[in-house]
Amino acid sequence: MINTTPLSKNAAPATHAESHFDRKGLVQMILLGLLLLLPVAAYFLGHTYYVNLASRVTIIAMAAVGLNLAIGYGGMVSFGHAAYFGLGGYVAGISAYHAFDMTPFMSWPFSVPGSDSLLVVWLAAVVLCALLALAIGAISLRTTGVYFIMITLAFAQMIYYFANSWPTYGGQDGLPIYIRNTLPQVGNNLLDSSDALTYFLICFTGLMLAMALTSRLMKSRFGAALTMARLNDVRLATAGVSPYPIRLVAFVISAAITGLAGALYADLNGFVSPSMLSWHFSGELMVIVILGGVGRLYGPLAGAVLFVMMETFLGGITEYWQLFLGLVLLGVVLFAKHGVMGWLAGSERNE
Amino acid sequence: MSVTLLIEQLLNGVQLGTMLFLMASGLTLVFGVMGLINLAHGSFYMVGAYATAAVTASTGSFLIGLAAGMTAAALVGALVELIVIRRLYHRPHLDQVLATFALILIFSEGTRWIFGSSPLWLSPPSWLTGFVTLPGDTRYPVYRLVLIGVGVAIAIALYLLISRTRLGMRIRAGESDREMIGALGVNIAKLYTVVFALGAALAGLAGALVGALQSVQVGMGEPVLILAFVVIVIGGIGSIKGALLGALLVGVVDTLGRVYLPLFFQTFMPPSEATGVGSSLAAMLIYILMAVILAFKPKGLFAAND
Repeated sequence: MINTTPLSKNAAPATHAESHFDRKGLVQMILLGLLLLLPVAAYFLGHTYYVNLASRVTIIAMAAVGLNLAIGYGGMVSFGHAAYFGLGGYVAGISAYHAFDMTPFMSWPFSVPGSDSLLVVWLAAVVLCALLALAIGAISLRTTGVYFIMITLAFAQMIYYFANSWPTYGGQDGLPIYIRNTLPQVGNNLLDSSDALTYFLICFTGLMLAMALTSRLMKSRFGAALTMARLNDVRLATAGVSPYPIRLVAFVISAAITGLAGALYADLNGFVSPSMLSWHFSGELMVIVILGGVGRLYGPLAGAVLFVMMETFLGGITEYWQLFLGLVLLGVVLFAKHGVMGWLAGSERNE
Repeated sequence: MSVTLLIEQLLNGVQLGTMLFLMASGLTLVFGVMGLINLAHGSFYMVGAYATAAVTASTGSFLIGLAAGMTAAALVGALVELIVIRRLYHRPHLDQVLATFALILIFSEGTRWIFGSSPLWLSPPSWLTGFVTLPGDTRYPVYRLVLIGVGVAIAIALYLLISRTRLGMRIRAGESDREMIGALGVNIAKLYTVVFALGAALAGLAGALVGALQSVQVGMGEPVLILAFVVIVIGGIGSIKGALLGALLVGVVDTLGRVYLPLFFQTFMPPSEATGVGSSLAAMLIYILMAVILAFKPKGLFAAND
């Protein structure tokens, strides 16, 4: 895939960039402020439902931040990110299941017990998703374009069908998590993960870390190489940097972020099922990235807010709300290429 | 592991393969000629099945229903091409995926709105419901044999259409150089609409034929669509020959895997565990097949455009 976009496109005049900074910064501040303040207000007014809704927005935004790293910054159109989201969810579910049952997860060649500690679950989710993405990415990234889309989709389906037909952890019925996994107690009862607001703040911190990591990465040499791999991989190769390992590393990081979001999601719902792995969810994640604005730091968050709001409010009016989601999506793809953030905050410098 | 079971399951595999071919040939043609990835292809499968079920129920004739199903799918396909798809040819694949994903949502929810959530029932006509006895005393349903026959006939017809007719010549020319055939005075816009409608009609036919075997419901096209993707990735995107071979391979491997893997594990495991392990492995089998083929041939078995 040779893209002939000239490099100079990135070097827009500085005045142009500055004229957008205020508006963009303002929109981002408002978005974050509302996301943080509304659940806190709802909590103290006693509306736990809205706190959990905000947690849901935050987690889905985090999953989309992961996907945005692959699609938006890396140009890798992965149609299989539900695989990592679901695997992260199953790590939380299976770990809690064994901790609850007090049975080992495996006893050979070495003994691995279950755990109800969030820190252990998160670490395991990140590591396992990274390993899975390493295997899938290593094969899929040998191809480009439409092959890559279909292959990532097919691998995710493989894992979906596996989870569906593997009876130990509930098969297609899914696996309940009876008690939310816990954080280590520090002194008094400050970090009780079963408290809705505490859990929201945990998720919010996770989202902020994921966004900070993305931003930091894209400002580094690695980010420059990744951008170049998207814009013109031949030029990158000519400069002595091989695009394949750059893409693979970005793909793995992207999957690890989405996987961590999956673990948070399973603990939020107290339930994990193959639907977290379904290709519909992969599609919805892509929709969120596009609705918000692809390749923008705050795009996934804006997209997730919009998506969950449509789901909640349109879904409350009509059970056929996805028909309207389809129409909105079609309109955005055909006529509004830069998504909500592009519309609210103006175009990015490199557009 | 009797011979009868093997013959029966082989035939089932070929039957699944021929139906996958009807789906995959349309997908691969559309990709080969227009360079478009179309997720909504499964919706045409569903449209064909619903139209056939509705018309068969009101006229009582399966054949009229089938004709109506194919026509409806072709018309819907042409309409979708004119309104939406045509704006996507010069867009990146990401836009194509999202716009056609949006079409899936619209079609699925629209169908649910019109026909409701419960499945429609469509059964094969009475003159196709019997069994035939094959060599080795295998009793096999006539209807499934007919499906294989229809699939083979369509494969031959497609081959003749593409290699012997003027339309086929234009399709092949469109695959190798789009600008050039435009410059030579071929109406590309019309050609694209025709190819898209043709693909949709084949998907509609597959949906109607399989709908009579299973049930006609919202979302029925999605598992088939993903299998068809695996087929064309294995066969090489854009290649009809690859689609045929890939479809048969996927159909047979998937069917035999589901029957024989659990049996295989039963030879050295307790039956209940063997069924679990065997069936989960069988569900993954074609994806493993795809990964292995791609590891050696990243462009599939019969890559068309290079």
